[in-house]
Amino acid sequence: MMVHAFTDEDRANLETLKTRIRTSPGGRGQLIPLLQTAQHTLGYLPEEALALVADHLGVTRSEVYGVASFYNQFRFTPPGRNPVKVCMGTACHVRGGEIILENFERKLEIKEGETTADREFSIERVACVGCCALAPVALVGETLHGHMAPSKVEGLVLRVRVEKEKAEREAAKQ
Amino acid sequence: MTVDSAYKALVDDARRRQEQFEQSPLPKIHIGMATCGIASGALETQAAFEAALKERGVQAHVHTVGCLGHCYAEPVVVIDHPDSGFPPILYPEVTPGKARMLVKLFLEEGDPRFEHIMGATVENEMIPSVTEFSRFNREKRVIMERCGRIDPEQIHEYIADGGYRALAMALGQDPEALIDQLDAAGLRGRGGAGFPTAVKWRTARAAAGSDKLIVCNADEGDPGAYMDRTLLESNPHQVIEGMLIAGVAVGATKGLFYVRAEYPLAVRILKTAVAQAREKGVLGSDILGSGFSFDIDLFQGSGAFVCGEETALIRSVEGYRGMPRHRPPYPVERGLDGRPTVINNVKTLATVPPIVEKGAEWFRSIGTPESPGTAVFSVVGNVTHPGLVEIPMGVTLRELIFDVCGGIPNKKQFKAVQIGGPSGGCLSADFLDTPVDFDALIRAGAMMGSGGMVVMDEDACMVDVARYFLDFTEKESCGKCTFCRIGTRHLLDILRRITRGEGREGDIEQLETLSRSVKQGSLCGLGKTAPNPVLTSLAYFRDEYVAHIEEGRCPGRSCRTLTAYYIDLDKCARGCDACVGCCPVEAVFTTSNRKKGIDQQLCVKCGECMVACPPDYDAVVKISPAHLAPVIERPPEKSD
Repeated sequence: MMVHAFTDEDRANLETLKTRIRTSPGGRGQLIPLLQTAQHTLGYLPEEALALVADHLGVTRSEVYGVASFYNQFRFTPPGRNPVKVCMGTACHVRGGEIILENFERKLEIKEGETTADREFSIERVACVGCCALAPVALVGETLHGHMAPSKVEGLVLRVRVEKEKAEREAAKQ
Repeated sequence: MTVDSAYKALVDDARRRQEQFEQSPLPKIHIGMATCGIASGALETQAAFEAALKERGVQAHVHTVGCLGHCYAEPVVVIDHPDSGFPPILYPEVTPGKARMLVKLFLEEGDPRFEHIMGATVENEMIPSVTEFSRFNREKRVIMERCGRIDPEQIHEYIADGGYRALAMALGQDPEALIDQLDAAGLRGRGGAGFPTAVKWRTARAAAGSDKLIVCNADEGDPGAYMDRTLLESNPHQVIEGMLIAGVAVGATKGLFYVRAEYPLAVRILKTAVAQAREKGVLGSDILGSGFSFDIDLFQGSGAFVCGEETALIRSVEGYRGMPRHRPPYPVERGLDGRPTVINNVKTLATVPPIVEKGAEWFRSIGTPESPGTAVFSVVGNVTHPGLVEIPMGVTLRELIFDVCGGIPNKKQFKAVQIGGPSGGCLSADFLDTPVDFDALIRAGAMMGSGGMVVMDEDACMVDVARYFLDFTEKESCGKCTFCRIGTRHLLDILRRITRGEGREGDIEQLETLSRSVKQGSLCGLGKTAPNPVLTSLAYFRDEYVAHIEEGRCPGRSCRTLTAYYIDLDKCARGCDACVGCCPVEAVFTTSNRKKGIDQQLCVKCGECMVACPPDYDAVVKISPAHLAPVIERPPEKSD
């Protein structure tokens, strides 16, 4: 798996997290809520965040990692700026969700659960998004795309990249 | 002040507010805004309505409501325009463009645009009403009665509609009598197993300890089921009211909602609902002046299918890995932090207020003697009208799939229906006349489960469906019991081999023995039911397994290693490039006489070329086993 270096933003978020954790109540029952706070602040759970939670609650780091890795909600790699979530609910499976996932993987050259080196994209499989009538479905960022097809995948990825380049050109002009 | 007078004051106040809204002469636009609606673009539709109203200077109320359950028609909008002389009209698939058009043509000019109407929401003499569709008139709504009618974020709408009346009635009753009433109604838990709710409550009431707890299990993990989410997003107060009544009956003072963190909208709406309930005095200390106190917390579950099991759920709230433990002691005796804990599903709790209000006899009049009441299903897959359906128990699968949900689209044949998600089973056409109730489904080898129902047409591969569910349970097994942890893995390995065409003689027998061992050797429901998809598909679709193993053929033509696409050169039109453009891997090439061929080595079998090929030619053919595809030579590259 790729190891992602901390960005300045990550470091700032970690400071915010430190204050948040310091002011939280203790007790074992707080473990999952605290992990949720940490992921909410940072977008993922780096080792440093797990250590903060462990020290605050007085449990070992291995125990915290053990709990965090048990649940699907927690991730240990940073999400991309445009997280791609491919629905793997039953209705989407019957209509070829796996083919859509494969196409994203091929196009972005990463596997499900990973993030591209430039942190632009990440791919995840998610359980039912709840709009089975539009199956197969994929989310890019917050936008939902229904009736997905392999040929649409290319267009979606291209659009994000073109828009980014455009924004960079605009920024360079000013 | 007595409970009755406190409740009356509450209702009068709510009615006053509601009447102001209802009697307003302005048109009202009701937009369905649950997750499914938003996913289909309801937010954009709402923005378009608001912008168009402002732009054209038209006055109207934009009213956001929950989900009506008609997923196939989202975003759904109901427009009530009294001045036009028309009854309230339901419009399906309202895109922003349609929204702008309706503001101009209907609200301004009074033309409802008949071509876009689904029907009126009430019987009338002018236009057909939606109740003439079987999708509407075959349903019987008890749990979802108010879904899509009220704004879930406005408690007064629920109260004005008769909400919290059951709570007021329960507060004046002897708790034992309350439980007896549920017993007489024969309410069974809607979470899947169908355990009698009254028995659970009675044991908890008898348990020692004063700090009892009611937990609402909203950890809906079944991939393809979303009834609980929709209910919480559309009418959270009915669930809160059910929880309060449970509190009165059991003698609990605390409630806890265990909701999946993946349901952000449901979490937000619940938080608002709890805050509003506290404000109105139906939650907190001394509820409605009765002396009874009850408060509710919210815990966000982190997504583990096994946490739907009650002891695992408790472990995860306590801050550990969600692993089930031995029962007894049952949670009703010793649960969260050792306190007696009643754990009920969202739908079970939502059924309680109507029973308290209308009585056990009324509830018994719906459904079957053994399974009274209604069942909520999310019917998805290859059906014409997918969505949430609430039907009386005892309706047959045939009625549900063909009458209520419109049958199979694209003139295809029905093949199977999968009920109960990863714990349930696949039933073949022979079982279409099975009534939907707890016991009949278990006898057929499936189970009610949480209420996910996937309909499959002739193109589905049953081996692949079994593999899909095993893939899920294998990932979600908590790892405590060896048979579940390793057994599901082995089942999955065998199924994967079969779907890849590498099945061996003896695989079927091994699947059967292994399935039985996993069932026997597992502690909780996850492992006990995980082999069900395999066992039922083996029982009813054994020939498909045999075809995969012996002939390398996938009858549904869905397993990709066993199928191939080729282009019928007699049908292919010279010079058409539709399939070339859509292929994601450049596997389509042009032959020497300008027709097309598919390079089988490069092809990823996504089926895009089949969709792209114009219907006039219809030249792309899918075939299984793969070696039957005729070989078309790729012409040598021109060196120019």
